[in-house]
Amino acid sequence: MTCIHLLMTLVFAVSLGTAVEIQRPRGVPLSKKAFYEENKPFTCLDGSRTIPFDRVNDDYCDCKDGSDEPGTAACPNGSFHCTNAGFRPTFIPSSRINDGICDCCDTTDEYNSGAKCENTCKELGRKEREVLQKMAEITKEGFLLKQQLIEEAKKGRQEKQDKVTDMQENKKQLEEKVEALRTVKETAEQPEKEAKERHLKAWEEQKAAIRLEKDKAKMAEAFLELDDNADGFVSVSELQTHAELDPDADGTLTETEAQGLMGGTEQVDTSTFESVWASIKDKYHSESQPEEPAPVETSPDEVKEPVVDNESEPYPEEDISEEEDEDDDDEDDYHEDDDKAPPTVRTPEKSQDDEEAMPPYDVDTQALIDAAQKARDDFEEAEKALREMDDQIGNIEKELSFDFGPNAEFTYLYSQCYELTTSEYIYRLCPFNRVSQKPKYGGSETNLGSWGSWSGPENNKYLVMKYEHGTGCWQGPSRSTTVKLTCGKETVVTSTSEPSRCEYLMEFTTPAVCQEPNNTDLSPHGHEEL
Amino acid sequence: MAASCDSLVLILLVCLSAQAVDRSNFKTCDQSAFCKRQRELKPGQSPYRALLDTLELSDSRITLQLINDNNKVRLLLELYRLQGNMTRVKINELKPIKPRYEVPDVLISDPLTEALSVVSQDENSLVLSLGGKEQRLIVSAQPFRLDIVEGPQVLMSLNSRGLLAFEHLRARKDTISHKISSTVGSMWDSLKNIFSSKSESEEVTGQENAEKQSDEDEQIREEEDKPGMWEETFKSHSDSKPNGPSSISLDFSLPGVEHVYGIPEHADTLKLKNTDGSDPYRLYNLDVFQYELHNPMALYGAVPVLISHSTDRTMGIFWLNAAETWVDISSNTAGKTMFGKMLDFVKVSSEAPQTDVRWISESGIIDVFIMLGPKPTDVFTQYASLTGTQSFPPLSALAYHQCRWNYNDQEDVKAVDQGFDEHDIPYDFIWLDIEHADGKRYFTWDPSKFPQPKDMLQGLMDKRRKLVAIVDPHIRVDSGYRIHNEIRSKNFYVKNKDGGDYEGWCWPGNSGYPDFTNPEMRAWWASMFAYDQYEGSMANQYIWNDMNEPSVFNGPEVTMHKDALHGVWEHREVHNLYGLYVQKATADGLIQRSGGVERPFVLTRAFFAGSQRYGAVWTGDNAAEWGHLKMSIPMCLSLGLVGISFCGADVGGFFKHPSEELLVRWYQAGAYQPFFRAHAHIDTPRREPWLFGPENTALIREAVRQRYALLPYWYQLFYNAHRTGQPVMRPLWVEYPDNVATFSIEDEYLIGKDLLVHPVTDEGASGVTAYLPGKGEVWYDVHTFQKHDGDQNLYIPVTMNSIPVFQRGGSIICRKDRVRRSSSCMENDPYSLYVALSSQGSAEGELYIDDFHTFNFEKSKQFVHRQLSFSDNILSSRNLSPDSQFSTGSWIEKIVIIGGSQPSSVTLKTEDGTESTLEFEFDSTRAVLTLRKPAVNAAADWTVLLR
Repeated sequence: MTCIHLLMTLVFAVSLGTAVEIQRPRGVPLSKKAFYEENKPFTCLDGSRTIPFDRVNDDYCDCKDGSDEPGTAACPNGSFHCTNAGFRPTFIPSSRINDGICDCCDTTDEYNSGAKCENTCKELGRKEREVLQKMAEITKEGFLLKQQLIEEAKKGRQEKQDKVTDMQENKKQLEEKVEALRTVKETAEQPEKEAKERHLKAWEEQKAAIRLEKDKAKMAEAFLELDDNADGFVSVSELQTHAELDPDADGTLTETEAQGLMGGTEQVDTSTFESVWASIKDKYHSESQPEEPAPVETSPDEVKEPVVDNESEPYPEEDISEEEDEDDDDEDDYHEDDDKAPPTVRTPEKSQDDEEAMPPYDVDTQALIDAAQKARDDFEEAEKALREMDDQIGNIEKELSFDFGPNAEFTYLYSQCYELTTSEYIYRLCPFNRVSQKPKYGGSETNLGSWGSWSGPENNKYLVMKYEHGTGCWQGPSRSTTVKLTCGKETVVTSTSEPSRCEYLMEFTTPAVCQEPNNTDLSPHGHEEL
Repeated sequence: MAASCDSLVLILLVCLSAQAVDRSNFKTCDQSAFCKRQRELKPGQSPYRALLDTLELSDSRITLQLINDNNKVRLLLELYRLQGNMTRVKINELKPIKPRYEVPDVLISDPLTEALSVVSQDENSLVLSLGGKEQRLIVSAQPFRLDIVEGPQVLMSLNSRGLLAFEHLRARKDTISHKISSTVGSMWDSLKNIFSSKSESEEVTGQENAEKQSDEDEQIREEEDKPGMWEETFKSHSDSKPNGPSSISLDFSLPGVEHVYGIPEHADTLKLKNTDGSDPYRLYNLDVFQYELHNPMALYGAVPVLISHSTDRTMGIFWLNAAETWVDISSNTAGKTMFGKMLDFVKVSSEAPQTDVRWISESGIIDVFIMLGPKPTDVFTQYASLTGTQSFPPLSALAYHQCRWNYNDQEDVKAVDQGFDEHDIPYDFIWLDIEHADGKRYFTWDPSKFPQPKDMLQGLMDKRRKLVAIVDPHIRVDSGYRIHNEIRSKNFYVKNKDGGDYEGWCWPGNSGYPDFTNPEMRAWWASMFAYDQYEGSMANQYIWNDMNEPSVFNGPEVTMHKDALHGVWEHREVHNLYGLYVQKATADGLIQRSGGVERPFVLTRAFFAGSQRYGAVWTGDNAAEWGHLKMSIPMCLSLGLVGISFCGADVGGFFKHPSEELLVRWYQAGAYQPFFRAHAHIDTPRREPWLFGPENTALIREAVRQRYALLPYWYQLFYNAHRTGQPVMRPLWVEYPDNVATFSIEDEYLIGKDLLVHPVTDEGASGVTAYLPGKGEVWYDVHTFQKHDGDQNLYIPVTMNSIPVFQRGGSIICRKDRVRRSSSCMENDPYSLYVALSSQGSAEGELYIDDFHTFNFEKSKQFVHRQLSFSDNILSSRNLSPDSQFSTGSWIEKIVIIGGSQPSSVTLKTEDGTESTLEFEFDSTRAVLTLRKPAVNAAADWTVLLR
């Protein structure tokens, strides 16, 4: 009941208007026709056995290598040759013969399956030629662009290298300058420091004297206030009028307590009051200003002089010098205006302003300070210039260190960014830097990876860029992106996808990967038979 | 999924996140109030007494009342003798204050009964005849127990440990109606209970004697409420329990039995373990995130069927109850439960082993089918007669399935499809998970990713391939979604306890759950699969129902609240049945859309007894670990034993990333399991077979090709399963029931009875030890044709391309050795017959052919079913179904006879009497005779004579 298939088939192939007629078993390529000689025993192509010719293509697999059944599906490892005149000839696995699916454009694989196949070879050939032609044009133009890119990159690279060399030279000079200015600064700062210390010491002494005077005056005043009967003595009862002096803070100053404060005596005169005053002055409320709490003694080390530490000052130098001038001129104003005060300066006690204000530096000291400040400013300026120089050199050297391709043709992509907007996201590729994704309608940017390496195939690693260590995925790895580069006239991201969770794929065209067109032959069927 | 993961999904995922299962999300027996209550009851004398004077006997059944002497509640016992050697025991309240739920739609019809006759009766017992072989059913009155005996042998006893407990429905004590209806007597009882400091069990025995003499019509005595009877909380969820306690329990003793199986689904050994000192096996369909291996926790599906097996007999217990159920298994010695009248005429050694089984369900009635075997095949037939057989899948569903959460878009589907062709790997189905739908609105397509679903489906159809799209039962609450609007307007949603539409969180966010227990709802659901309703669908698109436990992310134990309402019934009553209904309604839809012509294919995750009628199941969200690969075997074997043959595990493992070795080994194992689908979690790297280097690609290709070559055998086995209920994938003991060595084997199994598979499931394995059963039998390695004797442990060295598979001597297996890119492409290809001779030089096999996808095999008997037999050097093909007819283009390409000797000539005789000589080759080193091209049609009669 088996279908005995045609052993032989006539293959008509049309090429360039010439009809040629070749006889060979179904599925055999022209190159192997010689092995299939009609009416002669057939030897399996692996030489394993020889069978009568009528067992070639008889729908039973006799050869281990499948060579006896090129035109049927009998052998698991066989292959079928489609001539595909007008398009590209191809081999298909013999399991696709008569499986109801049209695989060969010339329909020859479906000769007994009932599948309705149409010969699409001509159409496919035409389309392929068109595509190839277009590709060739793109490649040609792209390659020209690439040459320009290479030229530019070469020029750019040379310029940058020259620049770095120049800058290195300048840097040396700058370094010397910085060192010289450092010495000047240090030399100027020593006398400044000594003069300031002198000034400060004098001021401290002066302050102590003033405080003593003030205390005495207060004591006398208090004596007068307490001596209600103006008899020149302060008595226990007179003292008791000042309940705030109550030592156990129970609200009443008892007689015993008052006596205790007075050293056990009933009354004291102005001279003996001195010792009493020492024990009550902290609590004593003057009757003339009863609401005001006792002033808190400010310790002498809480100096109100603004301390300007040039080494760590975060503000721009110009601003500081201005401020400093102001402070030096009018310290009172400065202290009273808290808003203006730098956070490091403590808020002063207003009641003691007059006492705490440091007198201005004398002319000699001020001159030393000004000189030292100028030396500091000069040094800072030079040092800053050196840092900037270092940064610039670093940037250029970093750029020069990138692998921009065998001919530096990818240089032009450096510090550029290319975007592609999809229905949901804006994708951004900044070559040699990073890839990111931002929702189109608001939301924060996600890092899809930072520049990792070239990771194309061994023969041309410059076809694929890998960006790694992007934002981490929930319960997964950090995001990464593979960028596939193809030849194109324009530099543009053509597609993005996420084939696997958090592993992105970007297609990117650039002239930089266009290969030199090797020939002008646009024929798609170099191996076409007939 | 894109970088900034949909925040909702993220939150949901975080809720569920853990490295492995978060056990605290799921109840232990102690945390399930009824299980705790019931399990506190220890074996002892049963308070139940059969009132023999209430006996009513009809042709098909007897009824008797039972009384609980503690509370005077009466129960009604119904006993049926069913055709095919089964006994049905039903126990309900005699007069429940409202009806108790009886599970519908699981039995395929009212089981046919046979006459029960009273053999003898005395004051304390009743002996009923169960028919031939001296089978008797003995009802003992006090304490109540049932014993099924055959001659002098006790096969099974019920309530022999006194664990029958039936919580009667009652009014809540704090309600006004109760106060009014209370009598003085019952009030006294209540007071007594309140002031009693004794424990419940002490009280029970205390009352025993006092009440023995009392009037049987005494008022029902009220019992003290126990915690969790009227309300129960678990984590943040509370169960309002308006109907109060309603649980039921019954014990079964199996003398002489040491091996019990079944009650899937659990990620545990094939042979059930003793649960003394651990939790019972739990049956409660649950979406368990990253489930653990080797424990009795409930999983996605539940089949309350337990199979017992000993060298003497195989039996089954089918506990028809869809509520939350726990099953305790304990080993015992038989003497313990034998007493009273039994000892008079039953011989039982007190040393004999015994297995005791106790079933506890939260609600419903006791409705038990006792399948008395005696052989494994009899139990399968008996169970099939109750709940039906495996649906006969279209052939392509038995082929290879490529799935992933998710194939991103149409281009991705196309690229994967092409990938299979480029790498010459066959596949039949590509699958789309939840991301294909527009915002998880099932029955729709994401407009940007799948703008032209019909183009995509047509592209697959052109390759003679198919697609499965997921349709889950949670419906996005969204007034712009037609499906939701229709369900809401038709009032088809499950209701919450307060009567509003029940809503819960699932993939789409806030979701409603259609009430699949409602037949009108199911009919409507089925109609949604019509081509004009389900836009973009085509004939080569099939369906996958996931999350149908149902999964409710923010519900108790990730499922629906038990006090939700399905019409008048609480979800509590129907829970384990919900998933079955979803798959049933979907399968019905696929049948209807084709006008009743095409066989459906629907995969489900949740299932119940009877789910085999509607399609395939898989073992849910497993993980890429060797342990999970191993576990896939006992899990599918357990399902096969209880009727569900179409079972598989996600090849490669769903969670995590498999090593290349694990992936290859899983393909090799999966190729020999009934449902063969690779699947992967969305967070895992891509896993298509060609992504792991040419060597691994070749290994996977070879495994898949072996599957395709054997499709005729699989198909015939599924036909057989559909016809007879015999499992496709079988534990060895099913075919070798007398061989104790096979009883615990779960690392190898049989496909049908003729192929023995011992997949490699160990990392870095250099060999496996397979047990080849059957004294005097022989087995042939299917790859080398090397012959091995049966009844031996055989060490088989393995390499990465080894899949140890053996064909039984005495069998004939039909293959299609021309593997093509899909099973449809192979439909007219010729067959090769592999005749493996027994030690007696004979062999038998079958060949089944039809159109591979329609119901015509059933409706109009369009099929070919042939018996192939070899004996006395004659191989013949005989028609097993002369009244059927089908013409096939397939023919016999090759006959390989293994284990024979070299003939001098071979003659083929066809039905018209023509004789011709066949050419042959004989490989004397392997004793393999290959007959060249008989070229007879596969449907024809023929004989081949070796001389």
